[in-house]
Amino acid sequence: MSDQITSEPTKPAQRMRAGSMVLPLAPWLIAAVALVVLPFIFTNNSAITIMNQMAITIIFALAYNMLLGQGGMLSFGHAVYAGVGGFACMHIINAEDFFAGLPLPLLPIFGGLFGMGLATIVGSFSTRKAGTVFAMISLGVGELIAACSVIIVAFFGGEEGISGDRTYGLPFFGVEFLQQIEVYYLIAAWLMISAILMYLYSRTPMGRMANAVRDNPERAEFLGYSARWVRFYSFVASGFFAGIAGALFAINYEILTEENLNTTQSGIILLVTFLGGVGFFFGPILGAIVFTLVQTVLSLQTELWAFYLGIIFVATVMFFPGGLAGLLMMHVPAWRMGKIGHLAWPYLKTLGGGLIGSLGAAALIEMVFHLRHASIGDHEMTLFWTTFDSHTVLPWIIAGVTTLIGFGICRATAPALVEAWNEANAAPKVAP
Amino acid sequence: MDLILVNLIDGLVTGLLLFMLSAGLTLIFSMMGVLNFAHASFYMLGAYFAFQISLALGFWMGLLIAPLIVGVLGAGVERYGLRRVHQYGHVPELIFTFGLALLIEELVQFIWGKNQMPYAAPDILQFTAFSIAGNSIPAYKIFMIFISVAIFIGLLWVLTRTRVGMIIQAALTYPKTVEALGHNVPLIFMGVFGVGTALAGVAGVIAGPVLGTFPGMAFVLGSIVFVTIVIGGLGSLWGALVASLLIGWITTFSKAYNLRMEDLLTTLGFTKPEAIADSPWRDLWSITSPQIADILPYILMVLILIFRPYGLFGKRDA
Repeated sequence: MSDQITSEPTKPAQRMRAGSMVLPLAPWLIAAVALVVLPFIFTNNSAITIMNQMAITIIFALAYNMLLGQGGMLSFGHAVYAGVGGFACMHIINAEDFFAGLPLPLLPIFGGLFGMGLATIVGSFSTRKAGTVFAMISLGVGELIAACSVIIVAFFGGEEGISGDRTYGLPFFGVEFLQQIEVYYLIAAWLMISAILMYLYSRTPMGRMANAVRDNPERAEFLGYSARWVRFYSFVASGFFAGIAGALFAINYEILTEENLNTTQSGIILLVTFLGGVGFFFGPILGAIVFTLVQTVLSLQTELWAFYLGIIFVATVMFFPGGLAGLLMMHVPAWRMGKIGHLAWPYLKTLGGGLIGSLGAAALIEMVFHLRHASIGDHEMTLFWTTFDSHTVLPWIIAGVTTLIGFGICRATAPALVEAWNEANAAPKVAP
Repeated sequence: MDLILVNLIDGLVTGLLLFMLSAGLTLIFSMMGVLNFAHASFYMLGAYFAFQISLALGFWMGLLIAPLIVGVLGAGVERYGLRRVHQYGHVPELIFTFGLALLIEELVQFIWGKNQMPYAAPDILQFTAFSIAGNSIPAYKIFMIFISVAIFIGLLWVLTRTRVGMIIQAALTYPKTVEALGHNVPLIFMGVFGVGTALAGVAGVIAGPVLGTFPGMAFVLGSIVFVTIVIGGLGSLWGALVASLLIGWITTFSKAYNLRMEDLLTTLGFTKPEAIADSPWRDLWSITSPQIADILPYILMVLILIFRPYGLFGKRDA
């Protein structure tokens, strides 16, 4: 078998296959350096809090993508594995005698093991089928465990959840993790470790078989692999990394509640992963970064941020099922041919128009919302740093005209963009 | 005995309400092979539209018009949304309907706000139909039972006795052949999707006054509906009926009768530990049946999936 693959190393197709087994080092080194340097650039505490949240979401989204992107399994209850891992870690933190002999940086391993344990139990019956049946079981089990959290008070702590103090652990080379920045480096280290492990996993024969089972389970079975066991292993591995994310959550926030395992949380991780793009390994990373930024920045500006996010999500599913990563990777051929520069100006025109139009539409939405829900007599609203009376006609005209002009530009310049796109992606002409 | 009768009626109301949702969902599933996650959202839209219409034209016009609007919206979602996403495969379809459910919930909050709407049953139905041993049964419940039974019979009649129903049934199994015979299959799909969502709309209209019209109402019922059709067997109309009634009765009875785990465990021969407050099993001992009534359907579903993966009446897997 192996002779066949390497028999003709001169063939480009086979060279590429061999090459893909090698870990490209550069992106990982850049990521590691960035993780180390970032706290020196964004020094204030709130930025570090956001980065911690981001890193935890990245691990969770990558773990989720082991199922959705690589295994083709859609789970509606994946927050459960992260949550249970986190709850278990919280109990370990509270078990004083044991925790006093355990350095905090090792705690996520236990979280991962607990997440993996639960995934083993649930996976034993849920991975029999992929697709809709799997999705339904994951939803049911997720709801079941989330509902149990208010019944089994001894483990989940009821409505107020459980909390603990991370600083009672065995000091790790003298570090007691009192400060946010120390926790940041702990989380960043675990982010690198888990991301590399998950990437390596996706390169193993096991990870490759998960792709095969996703694309054509019947054919994979004919090759002698049990689709069910392949799904089961993916599920268990994903549960392990989700548990690590949960443990890091426990370390960072020192409290876990029912919110960490309910369906809303599971929905958010699906949204993050899909927005980022399920087709590429770095997609969920992108999704987690963008989502956390949007969530923290936009939610400060507007009450309607979830509404906008819903629109973006549905639009992504309908028009760009590859997500952000897919959109980026579309440009690789043009980049390789050195023609990406031709796209810049058409893009600027169309996207600029689209941006103006979207801002106008958002202004209209905000004004409608203010008109309907502001307290009676409250006519003043502030939008884009201007304060005006939402009950007069002028702001509506301005917003409406902006929307029309913006989308008008967008529409007028779209054909030129399509032309430029085709031009940039056309193969170089060969002289006859 | 009297109490049993009262609970039977209550469970029947819940079960039939569930059935109105699960019937549409299971029809849509057997047709397109995709579970419509936003199905309960259409139920919520039905309630909100009916509330808005009832402000101007009264309850009965709401009952008539709101489901029509919901049905048209549903057909539009199929035509311009699902049909587009269909080319990417089943998982994106499921994600699309999931996103739609999120979006509709946000939209409802955007238009009507987060508070519960004062949507009430019409005055003409505000009386006690009859009472059983001092427990009065409101006329509105009887009205709900009649509406749901009428819809079920109507649906069954259309599906099995009319030409349209025959074409639909044929299109479920052999869409290509039906298309070759000259029928417009995409139009049939769109129609069935519209009717299914309209049914959910009807359920919303009549459930809104009882269960409350608030932005979380889709979420409360949504996952139970999925559980119902999984238990009944994906794609089976009879299965949906049986499972709906089963769930309706199980939850009603376990709420009405305060069965305690302590009694059960004692009967089985376990002795209660002395230091119950420190025991890790303390929650197991203190469980009562009203407490776990809402999660019984999920437990039932997991058990069914382990021991009979096709559901009670299912013939095929997804």
